[in-house]
Amino acid sequence: MGGFDFSNHTRNAALMAAGMPAPKATSTGTTIVGCLFDGGVVIAADTRATSGSIVADKNCEKLHYISPQIWCAGAGTAADTEFTTAIVSSNLELHALSTGRKPRVVTCMTMLKQHLFKYQGHIGAYLVVAGCDPTGSHLYTVHAHGSTDRLPYVTMGSGSLAAMSVFETQWKKGLDREAAVKLCSEAILSGIFNDLGSGSNVDVCVITPDKATLMRNYITPNVRAPKELQYKFEKGTTAVLQEKIISKDELRRYITVTELDAKGESTLTADIMQVDA
Amino acid sequence: MASSYLLPHAQPAPSYAHPTEASQPRQHHWSPYTENGGVILGIAGKDYVILAGDTRSSEGYNINTRTARKIFSVGSGLILGVVGMSADGEELARKVTRKIDVCSSATHPADHIDRATKWKDIGDTNTLMERCDYKRNHDKHITVSAAAVMLSRILYQKRFFPYYCQPLLGGLDENGVGAVYTYDYVGSFEREQSRAFGSAASLITPFLDNQINLKNQFVPGSNGEQPRQAGDLPRELVTKIVKDAFTSAVERQIEVGDGLQLVTITRAPPRAEEETDDDDWTGAAINVELSPLKKD
Repeated sequence: MGGFDFSNHTRNAALMAAGMPAPKATSTGTTIVGCLFDGGVVIAADTRATSGSIVADKNCEKLHYISPQIWCAGAGTAADTEFTTAIVSSNLELHALSTGRKPRVVTCMTMLKQHLFKYQGHIGAYLVVAGCDPTGSHLYTVHAHGSTDRLPYVTMGSGSLAAMSVFETQWKKGLDREAAVKLCSEAILSGIFNDLGSGSNVDVCVITPDKATLMRNYITPNVRAPKELQYKFEKGTTAVLQEKIISKDELRRYITVTELDAKGESTLTADIMQVDA
Repeated sequence: MASSYLLPHAQPAPSYAHPTEASQPRQHHWSPYTENGGVILGIAGKDYVILAGDTRSSEGYNINTRTARKIFSVGSGLILGVVGMSADGEELARKVTRKIDVCSSATHPADHIDRATKWKDIGDTNTLMERCDYKRNHDKHITVSAAAVMLSRILYQKRFFPYYCQPLLGGLDENGVGAVYTYDYVGSFEREQSRAFGSAASLITPFLDNQINLKNQFVPGSNGEQPRQAGDLPRELVTKIVKDAFTSAVERQIEVGDGLQLVTITRAPPRAEEETDDDDWTGAAINVELSPLKKD
């Protein structure tokens, strides 16, 4: 059956009362933004995932697919953004099949907020929802507790202030596609360099009525400098405590071994393989 | 507060309001410490010392400055690295400088007054100048081992309101051999070959153990019988290891970045005959190198 499994709740509550700290979830202490333009909508995100002050993933994907014309940027607890967008994507597909219509962004946003409100903020997903449908281009934010906003430009995550400062100084009405992509990536860059929770690269997704274009690693301003030294250890640096050689013939007792020639094609004939099987 | 008009006899409804009503007693508390992140490391060689630190100073997810120096020259050819709370670190460096040699050049990065000229203008007859530091008390430069004990005393004096920083003291000893002294917050110390302190210490320490002290490495061909002996590593090689330690820490620790301050002490070239009565000559040459690190 679906739903969450609460069977460890009582035990975990007792452990925490005894002083054991709660396990730390990977958070995408993040910068995500979105911006409407004439003829579509852009969303963008950084690619750093953190666990406390340690970088857990230097190039993670925070732009989630919902439907062909609806994409979602996620901040907050990494697993929650992943699973919430996945379940809504799935339900929205079923909804589209059942109605025989293209899914609408407002429907997606409503499904997200109802799911999140039901869990009273315990699902830590902070989302920017964007897409194009028969009613036009749309941009929303959805907070973990279920509140939503509909605005021409939005930012979320720990870098939201840094990113919003860019929008508030540079945004103007009637942007074209190119200007909207530039503005969104500059907002993300502001988060990357001024917010410690955000970093690495810029991902951008442009959605227009005819197609969505995901530009993974659109800007890579944080390439690692080459190392000064190479750290190759001479053979024998690590002690060999025990040595046991397993021959290929011994392996054949458990698995089927197929010899390949230089071209990668099997040199065995069909009946030999039959013997092995 | 949510009170129930409909059920006058019922228990008061649960409230999520904070207990800040005037009738309630309130606990006042004061937290004078902050953590400003960053990392420093020190390595002692046979005729040199390297102390290095990043130049980022942060609070939470915010960067306070990208150009904060964590390694200070404290006079008499000695250097002090501090990490933790930057205000305490800077104050500690100032205090150590005053106690070693008040005339040594300014420790505080924002202090543009050249302390040496300021004091020398007042003149050596000034009573304030007499016996106010080690140099004037003993008429010689302090040794790194004596300075190490002095720093320990300074830290322990504040046993019940400690400086919230971890210091590394570097200098050349009486034989011209590199020395790094490492401390805890309240003055426990020891002399070590290499040490990393700060928010990326747990990332850098195993790297230093392996590359500087050659831990977990055996002499090839000895089949695990003979561990590699840590010897005298050339300064150029160690400098490269230090740079790699920092660029790697920047990749994985969000509080480390922006710039690298690399301070090296080497033996100064021998003095000319006519300079032998120069009081400021310590036998140590301090070189500071600043280079950029990633800023994300």
